[in-house]
Amino acid sequence: MVAEAGQNGKYLVGSNLERVLRAGHFAVTAELGPPQSADGDVIRRKAALLRGCCDAVNITDNQTAIVRMSSIAAGAILVQEGLEPVIQMTCRDRNRLAIQSDLLGAYALGIRNLLCLTGDHQSFGNHPTAKNVFDMDSIQLVQMVTAMRDEHVFQCGEPFKGPEPRFFVGAAAAPFAAPVEFRPYRLAKKVKAGANFIQTQLVYDIEAFKVFMEKVRQLGLHRQTYILAGVGPLKSPAMARYMKDQVPGILVPDEIIERMEAAGAPWAGKSKDELTPEDRKARAEAWKQAGIQICVELIQQLRQIEGVAGVHIMAIEWEEAVRPIVEGAGLLPRPVIEAPTAQEAADG
Amino acid sequence: MIVAEQKPLQEIKSLLGDAQKVLVVGCGTCVTVCFAGGAREAAIVASSLRMASKLDGDPKEVSDVTVQRQCEWEYLDEIREQVAQADVILSLGCGVGVQAIAEHFPEKWVVPGLNTKFMGLPLEQGVWAERCAACGDCILGLTGGICPIARCSKSLLNGPCGGSEGGHCEINPEVPCAWQLIYDRLSSMGKLDVLLEIQPPKNWSTARDGGPRKIVREDLRLAVEEG
Repeated sequence: MVAEAGQNGKYLVGSNLERVLRAGHFAVTAELGPPQSADGDVIRRKAALLRGCCDAVNITDNQTAIVRMSSIAAGAILVQEGLEPVIQMTCRDRNRLAIQSDLLGAYALGIRNLLCLTGDHQSFGNHPTAKNVFDMDSIQLVQMVTAMRDEHVFQCGEPFKGPEPRFFVGAAAAPFAAPVEFRPYRLAKKVKAGANFIQTQLVYDIEAFKVFMEKVRQLGLHRQTYILAGVGPLKSPAMARYMKDQVPGILVPDEIIERMEAAGAPWAGKSKDELTPEDRKARAEAWKQAGIQICVELIQQLRQIEGVAGVHIMAIEWEEAVRPIVEGAGLLPRPVIEAPTAQEAADG
Repeated sequence: MIVAEQKPLQEIKSLLGDAQKVLVVGCGTCVTVCFAGGAREAAIVASSLRMASKLDGDPKEVSDVTVQRQCEWEYLDEIREQVAQADVILSLGCGVGVQAIAEHFPEKWVVPGLNTKFMGLPLEQGVWAERCAACGDCILGLTGGICPIARCSKSLLNGPCGGSEGGHCEINPEVPCAWQLIYDRLSSMGKLDVLLEIQPPKNWSTARDGGPRKIVREDLRLAVEEG
């Protein structure tokens, strides 16, 4: 479906994610949020939940500007656990020196996939008085890491004194953010900068996403990069409404909100005090089941859209939901594609 | 122009400490037009300090004077006498003015009465907005005359990010999205193709990141001392 992303048909990096995508499988990645502590066991616990149900695990980098364990450190733990990480790198906290230095280290620790983001503004997080960096933006970051891999140079143009870090490079797309008509073209800039794969913002409105993808196909972008549509299970009608009303660039159709409300119908019309703890637990469970089911259906619909190469599941602080979603969508077991030999990897 | 705001009186009082003779120095340029530190504000601050110190039971001798521009030596020379008589100078100039006084009258203690906010313009009576970040390498020619360095919350060169919604920035509905403004302007001028080009990482060495900045114009210098 997607044209060869690598030169001469060889893998750029040979990561599992690249192999699965290159083999033409519908890829599945899942998000893992590191803890707001130094507890590495949290990563191991979440890794156990995701093992075998995705092709790579995407680890956020101080998401929403809240300090968490570093994406690279969490990624190194995943490598130890035998899972493949996609680390996120934002431009908010590091200048070009720090980014490159950290990426040299990330590669040395066995990390092979990288998602390049601008990063949420620090005013959203728990250190709003911090100084931000934004030395570069996400598009420049993609360009830099691609040149590190393919031209063997630092951003300043100097060559590496030894092996270069080789990452399968991703970027994000926000299909529904303003100005909507520019979004496919901004994606084109990321592809031109060298993005090998794209993760989109959460998709709930399939019709709106189809419009975006049609333009993406007209521009031929789906042949130059692998597009992973972002999906995420809703936990409650309140979460659905929050996504719709408060988060820029997310569209949640009323129909989905109504389905979530319907799931809680047996307990509707009762105030919080009238519900027993058992009631509340049962209602939360009913909502979660509906959220998972909606997510499964969204994946099935996304799979039908030409140019969608896979999905990225963002089950925020709910990694337990990933397996039932992937299973429900008929995407288990995950494919096993033989890794390139050392020589092939070196040639890649 | 440089836009500033007065510090709270309480903070000014604490900056003055127990000095008895206070000279409030206003500035007749930027901070006059943004109603923060002109002759009028200097007089009001001086009288407020007189009243407040009287109420505190420790009446201070507070006078005020306003110069044309606090950031030029020749105007500061005009107030040398008054400065000499004061224990402390309360500058209602911008940060440049405060430092000019400190530099010109090294024997005198000077404290700021304003917080210098930004370089910008008045949008309407009583409303000012930032427009320039003095990055030292102007890119307004690429962005239709709208500066993403000063006006995009993330100073993006290849915006807009995913946080643009309804024309405003996600950090605050009161902040217009600079990249939406740029997009709209280039669109109306038929120049959207400019936005398809990837802008490379900026050379920040011309900005504050390169260290304190200085301009030397040999063609304008009057007398260069022979070494």
